[in-house]
Amino acid sequence: METTATQNIIWPDVELIRNEFPILQQTVNGNPLVYLDNGATTQKPVQVIRSMQEYYTGYNSNVHRGVHTLSQKATSAYEAARHQVASFIGANHTEVIFTKGTTDAINLVASGFRKEFLNEGDEVIISTMEHHSNIVPWQLACEEKKAHLKVIPITDKGELEMDVFESMLNPRVKIVAVTWISNSLGTINPVKDIIRLAHAQGIPVLLDAAQAAPHIQIRVRDLDVDFLALSGHKVYGPTGIGILYGKESWLEKLPPYQGGGDMIKHVTFAKTTYNEAPLKFEAGTPAICEAIGLGAAMAYVTQLGIHKIQAYEHQLTKYAIAQLSTIPQLRFIGEAKNRAAAISFLIGDHHPSDVGVLLDQQGIAVRTGHHCTQPLMERFNIPGTVRASLAVYNTTEEIDRLVDGVRKAVTLLG
Amino acid sequence: MTIKEQQDRIIEDFEVFGDWMEKYEYIIQLGKDLPLIDPKYKTDDNLIRGCQSKVWLHAELQEGKLVFSADSDAVITKGLVGLVIQVLSHQTPKDIAEAEIYFIEAIGLNSHLSPTRSNGLLSMLKQIKLYAIGYQAKSMQN
Ligand SMILES: Cc1ncc(COP(=O)(O)O)c(C=O)c1O
Repeated sequence: METTATQNIIWPDVELIRNEFPILQQTVNGNPLVYLDNGATTQKPVQVIRSMQEYYTGYNSNVHRGVHTLSQKATSAYEAARHQVASFIGANHTEVIFTKGTTDAINLVASGFRKEFLNEGDEVIISTMEHHSNIVPWQLACEEKKAHLKVIPITDKGELEMDVFESMLNPRVKIVAVTWISNSLGTINPVKDIIRLAHAQGIPVLLDAAQAAPHIQIRVRDLDVDFLALSGHKVYGPTGIGILYGKESWLEKLPPYQGGGDMIKHVTFAKTTYNEAPLKFEAGTPAICEAIGLGAAMAYVTQLGIHKIQAYEHQLTKYAIAQLSTIPQLRFIGEAKNRAAAISFLIGDHHPSDVGVLLDQQGIAVRTGHHCTQPLMERFNIPGTVRASLAVYNTTEEIDRLVDGVRKAVTLLG
Repeated sequence: MTIKEQQDRIIEDFEVFGDWMEKYEYIIQLGKDLPLIDPKYKTDDNLIRGCQSKVWLHAELQEGKLVFSADSDAVITKGLVGLVIQVLSHQTPKDIAEAEIYFIEAIGLNSHLSPTRSNGLLSMLKQIKLYAIGYQAKSMQN
């Protein structure tokens, strides 16, 4: 991304938006909070908080089970949330499975592939920049089935080596599972190309959209993606809820994940017949309140407009990179051309945690460490990074506070 | 000085700092000044793994007193480790095992003890106590 001259960004509603996030109106260590750890989790607007409060104060009840009024109300709201999520990603509601989050969604698919599609000598392709949640489930599946985990290498700038990826594709590959946006580097991967290349050889693709959901528009039909996972808490929704999107044809083929209530059609001790997707994959009482909160979050993002969010964050990221670049001791980790609002950097030889502690003293929340991407840190031969990750409610003034804070840290650390 | 006297001295030292910057400047300097641990003790056995920064701790019994040396890859952690060593090194295993550590909270650095900081300081304190209890038990056997 080119670093243009600094100018003030026009986003007329940003103060209004900030007012909708009660948690942002506080001081930390004597300074107004600057929350730049959105890649870990975003804050929640009142619309989401209210929807959850209304559920517990107005119609808390179990879903899909009762004939009574509250249960019907809860079931309608739960299923309305599913429709809301489906429209957010451009899917049919029957293709949206509620999970605990991205990790849970990926485990669901990995477990299904382990049981049904993965055999000895087969291969699974992931990339160097995966989060541990898109590494370990596949590693476990491969270990059990004596299959091989293959890893797409990346360049020093933090971009996938696409020609290598292409050469890795072969009939033994059973699935390609990659992240859309890297949580550590901010890289936006060319997922359309990945899917096209994989499909040309009949290989399905899973996208980890945990970092994509808050920042760019998701259209599963245009992508033609087979599976897509995301977490509610990273897109202004509550924790404990996320989704797995799966193409209808895949959800029919994929075996159930866990057994229990709701996922069955008929149970005898001899044999159980399963419900259809998505309920086939939702055993037990689901996170009803959280699903409703997620629906509210998606409605909130939709109402703001994901394109508008993307445009604003793009400018803010550009501004942040330009400003941070003025600090001589600072170097960026991840300099992809096509990138989103996660900015990783290091200051000289200083340990990222030292920088993080000194920023915290100034009320600035960033993440330091390996960001659950240890193999990626090894690739760059670093212990971790300092990561500032932006959201729609961040401002240029907050970026200035960050830059100022980093300067202070540099002075102190010497 | 006793462990208590050492802690009270540090608390008094910290009273002069006007703001957080002075405080951290001091801790960082302490980190830079901490005598280096003998490289032969920087082993995996002596490594206390925090999630973020690493701490190496070596203990030795000299004339009935426990002497600690330590290192960390993060300078603030190293400074904090230095403070702990000022307090607990050159004390008897019995005194260390029985000591109540209150200075970290008193100088306003208790956030560094929270498990989520994962900087190894908490684990280091635990490890020092374990060493002390271990040596104490040994000396009672002899
Ligand atoms: C790219 C990516 N994938 C997966 C995850 C895991 O998400 P969750 O912990 O919500 O399951 C994260 C969260 O940090 C992430 O950034």
